[in-house]
Amino acid sequence: MAGPMKMRATLASGYTDVRVLMSHPMETGQRKAPDGKMIPLHFIQNLTVKVNGKTVVEGQISQAVSRNPVFSFRIKGGAKGDKIEVSWLDNRGETNRTESAVA
Amino acid sequence: MRTTVRAVALGVALAAAPAAAQESQFAQYQKMVAEGSPVELFELVGEELWQKKQGPKNASLEQCDLGLGPGRVKGAHARLPRYFKDVDRVMDVETRLLHCMLTLQGRSREDALKRPFGNADNPSEMEYLSAYVAGQSRGYKMSPGMSHPQEKESYALGKKLFTVRTGLWDFSCASCHGEEGKRIRMSELPVLSKPEAARPLMATWPAYRVSNSTFKTMQWRLNNCFRQMRTPEPVFGSETINALNMYLTVTAKGATYSGPGTKR
Amino acid sequence: MITKWMLGAGLAALVVSPLALAEPSDGEVQEIMKRDFRPKGQAKMDRLEQDAVQRVCTASNGKPPPALAKQLEADQMKTIAYPSGGSLIGNWKGGASTAWSGQGMQWHEDPKKPSGGGCYNCHEMSPARTSFGTIGPSLKGFGKTRGNGIETQRYVYGKIYNAKAYNLCSEMPRFGLTNSLTEQQIKDLVAYLLDPASPVNQ
Repeated sequence: MAGPMKMRATLASGYTDVRVLMSHPMETGQRKAPDGKMIPLHFIQNLTVKVNGKTVVEGQISQAVSRNPVFSFRIKGGAKGDKIEVSWLDNRGETNRTESAVA
Repeated sequence: MRTTVRAVALGVALAAAPAAAQESQFAQYQKMVAEGSPVELFELVGEELWQKKQGPKNASLEQCDLGLGPGRVKGAHARLPRYFKDVDRVMDVETRLLHCMLTLQGRSREDALKRPFGNADNPSEMEYLSAYVAGQSRGYKMSPGMSHPQEKESYALGKKLFTVRTGLWDFSCASCHGEEGKRIRMSELPVLSKPEAARPLMATWPAYRVSNSTFKTMQWRLNNCFRQMRTPEPVFGSETINALNMYLTVTAKGATYSGPGTKR
Repeated sequence: MITKWMLGAGLAALVVSPLALAEPSDGEVQEIMKRDFRPKGQAKMDRLEQDAVQRVCTASNGKPPPALAKQLEADQMKTIAYPSGGSLIGNWKGGASTAWSGQGMQWHEDPKKPSGGGCYNCHEMSPARTSFGTIGPSLKGFGKTRGNGIETQRYVYGKIYNAKAYNLCSEMPRFGLTNSLTEQQIKDLVAYLLDPASPVNQ
């Protein structure tokens, strides 16, 4: 079950500032557990950002990103009330999403 | 001949630069780390736990009195630690949360403290709750209790504890946190007995700790110091730990609480 | 030899501050600590029992009266157990890892595993190591500067075994006296500092 996800989208001058906090272990597959066994690879592979239903970002993330990643980006333009949706898919097929209106 | 002189001058200039830049490098790192902080996720889960009905009394913590009256969370953290009449002792935020778990929810001390400190894969209930409560004091001025006799005793005890040489390796808190400009490996060591150093620090605890990939509290921080000082383990919520917390918070008084921070 | 009476008189002379009335006494603080700590793993309650060094350095805030300091330093010097026969220089490679390791003697650790000295927590040593603390003085080029004769070997060995013999309220732990480091580990650290081939002296 995916952990919490939080987004904040605020209108600035000529662009929208978006910040998404994602809860995810982001295991590199290279760490050893205390019992000596390798902790399996488990990381967010795909990140999708939609504005008012239209896909604007399709990102591929690697296991090099650390635990609980924060994704921060700007969208050109944007207006109050615009619906931003961020979703992710990890290498195990688990997903999570969150949406927020531009404030 | 001229080339050699220029090279030497450049060498000297370069040698001087790192010493001056070193201080700002700590600050730079802290800023970078804060920009990518997942702290708010912990505050969110903490809020859910605050509202969750638990224990034999099947009650939430929503009536917990953190010093401003039952259920008032906003600004409460910034006024801790302080004396609580109902228990006739000084409590910090975690000790008070524990008290509410026992009294409001009817849980046993053993059950509530089964796992006070968690890890990256499984943070503890106390850590999430601390994040939530602390976040609700963002922007408030730090004003721990300083007038009640027990508050003064707590401060005085904490101040003394800070310099007690103890443990297998003869350390005191001051062994590391007692001299200006020192560091342990590459970690900056603030002189915590000085307000200028205590303020930015106490204004950002509890915190998400990058090296642990999880949220850590002051009870944990002090516990972990004693571990590294090679002593036996201090009891959670004990007078010793709360006195040290009181001493550090009073030293930092007046600072604007930033909310849970992000640290190395 | 320092008698209990002498120690008591020395300590009584230290409690002068008028603020002492508002604060708990050193004895009261000790009682509170004993009540508030629990043994865990290898860290037993005896670790909270202050010896003369800890008591005096706490009471005097690290600045003991010179005569008392001298007497106690002499007592500490007597505790140093030097290895028998010849050179105190071990293997610098062993010393390098002991100096680098910050593990050992903590309540969560396996007491069967060798402890490190945590030397890099406080000291600069090899110029190749960029992560080092500044609580203690830099030891870079130590052997190069001081040579590696038997007197220097004895000084380094003694200092690591019991630093309080040389400076009563030093922040440096007493690695030999507390059995935190073995005889071989200390000899290897001596080598790390004094051996001309050691990275510390490059």
